Amino acid sequence: MPDASTSAKGDLKLVNLTKSFGEFKAVDDLTLTIPEGSFFALLGPSGCGKTTTLRMIAGLEDPTSGKISIGSTDITDKRPYQRPVNTVFQNYALFPHLTIFENIAFGLRRRGIKDVKAQVDKVLNLVELPHLADRKPTQLSGGQQQRIAVARAIVNRPALLLLDEPLGALDLKLRRQMQIELKWIQTEVGLTFVHVTHDQEEAMTMADTIAVMNEGRIEQMGTPAELYDNPKTAFVANFLGQSNLIQGSIVDSDGDYHVVDLHGQKVKVLKSRTHSKTSSVLYAIRPEKLRIDTDGHIRPGNVFKGGHIVDVSYIGVSTQYQVEMPWGQEIMVFEQNDDGIPPLDKGDEVTLTFEPAFAFALDGSQDATAGSEVNPEEE
Amino acid sequence: MKTATRWFSRNLIRIYMVLGFSYLFVPVLYTFIFSFNDYVKSNLVWRGFTWNNWKQPCGVLDVCPALGNSIKIGLLATFIATILGTLIAFALGRYAFKGRAVTNTLIFLPMASPELVLGASLLTIFLNLGMNLGFWTIVIAHVMFCISFVVVTVKARIASLDPRLEQAAMDLYADERETFRRVTFPLVAPGIAGAALLAFSLSFDDFIITNFNSGTTITFPLYVYTHAERGLPAQANVIGSAMFFLALIIVVLGQVVSKKRKVGA
Repeated sequence: MPDASTSAKGDLKLVNLTKSFGEFKAVDDLTLTIPEGSFFALLGPSGCGKTTTLRMIAGLEDPTSGKISIGSTDITDKRPYQRPVNTVFQNYALFPHLTIFENIAFGLRRRGIKDVKAQVDKVLNLVELPHLADRKPTQLSGGQQQRIAVARAIVNRPALLLLDEPLGALDLKLRRQMQIELKWIQTEVGLTFVHVTHDQEEAMTMADTIAVMNEGRIEQMGTPAELYDNPKTAFVANFLGQSNLIQGSIVDSDGDYHVVDLHGQKVKVLKSRTHSKTSSVLYAIRPEKLRIDTDGHIRPGNVFKGGHIVDVSYIGVSTQYQVEMPWGQEIMVFEQNDDGIPPLDKGDEVTLTFEPAFAFALDGSQDATAGSEVNPEEE
Repeated sequence: MKTATRWFSRNLIRIYMVLGFSYLFVPVLYTFIFSFNDYVKSNLVWRGFTWNNWKQPCGVLDVCPALGNSIKIGLLATFIATILGTLIAFALGRYAFKGRAVTNTLIFLPMASPELVLGASLLTIFLNLGMNLGFWTIVIAHVMFCISFVVVTVKARIASLDPRLEQAAMDLYADERETFRRVTFPLVAPGIAGAALLAFSLSFDDFIITNFNSGTTITFPLYVYTHAERGLPAQANVIGSAMFFLALIIVVLGQVVSKKRKVGA
């Protein structure tokens, strides 16, 4: 019986982790520390290497080079069954020939644990499905199977719980509900959760820390708010939510702000939110931070003049506008429908205003569409 | 006229079905009915109903020893072919190795080759090796042609097995042996059972290859063939019908069991 299972505890450390498939580097020199007890998300589009990373942590894939350790224990060369790690698989991988009870008991029995019944019952109560113990997996709904898959993993109290696109097969409503539930379970059991997903909303709802991955590397890591409010690359700005990125150049300085010239219009951005080594920048502002000025009374702050509306989509809670600027670029604006004013029409001339502190500036040499065109399909 | 046409078009599928099933089952039904024939010498003309043939299935010389041989050979060949074929299927279905594609194709060849050629070739080999034709040469021949069918059947089952189930078992502290015992084997078992049934029925019914390699040993198909010309006793019909019903029972039981399993306890 594997003995390492419960002894190792502590932070998960990946050091220079690399996985190559022939010429292709799925994971490229990844170094990362995931603190014990945290809910960590690896977020990225399909093929970014997040699932490969997860499989290497689980022991289902051998790294080409690099090290994986939990606390002070090096687990790089350990077999999957020798690691204090359990996985909630995509599509759950429940054993179809075993009852729900036996599915959950599987790990306990392999480790020769005594009070199997008590532990299984406890975890079935935690996921609120004690009445399904004698059923077979095929008799359960998707949401129920999902919870059983989580129960089957956490009953072993691993140092690390890996979740591979765990909610991908559920419909939107159930997914929202499970997001809250998973977060609650994580707080309840206090285990380290590493969650792999392509769904930014899912990552932001559940994780304490998100690492955005692209082409085998980490683009940026931080709390959901840090990543959303202050992205450091165009990929992150576009992949997490939507951003308007406008090519421009820094022309002047004004206290804490840079003054940026955008096709002849001057706007400001905080120096602390400017991530460019040169004066060439992609000036960025989120669509919901923009206000459409209708009454001619221009509020203080940054202003984009001379736009006209080319498309209006009313989606209930908000209205989304496409505004074409004098330099030909279309800017997205999300307006909350909270003022009782009917939406504007196509062709209306508008001025856009926004608080300068919300803007950020990225390195101007990047592709402004990076991360926005990626197919958000699962791997 | 119009209503007749409408009735016809509405029931076309049903008519087609009745015709189709008749085509399939009239010979079986005929065999069954004539197993009750109070025959004399030849079982070709209906002479009246009797239970005698069913009461004394071994009442004719050589029928039961031939049946016994077929069953023994069938079980033995099935046992060996199922084990070997399952091992090959796992190798082909689970591991990447040099020459896998070629092996995959080669496995198909015995199924595609004419039985006559296989039988004749085997005979040549046995004679050249100086082996005495009989029970064991038949077993060897049957194992040979059954293996391919076992491989194909079991491989299909392995291919349909989600590799994540085995990964999940490993993830849940089962080592390679435990994973095979607890997850892989139970999930592939229905495929292996199906392959074994198929192998048995192939072996039980084989005439052509057996005829080449049997020496003086008589199997049930050989018995039927040699007696068909002189007049087949109704006992052959009894045995044939019994085998049919046995197969039917196995299939129905299999369905019930698998349905129960799916639905759960």
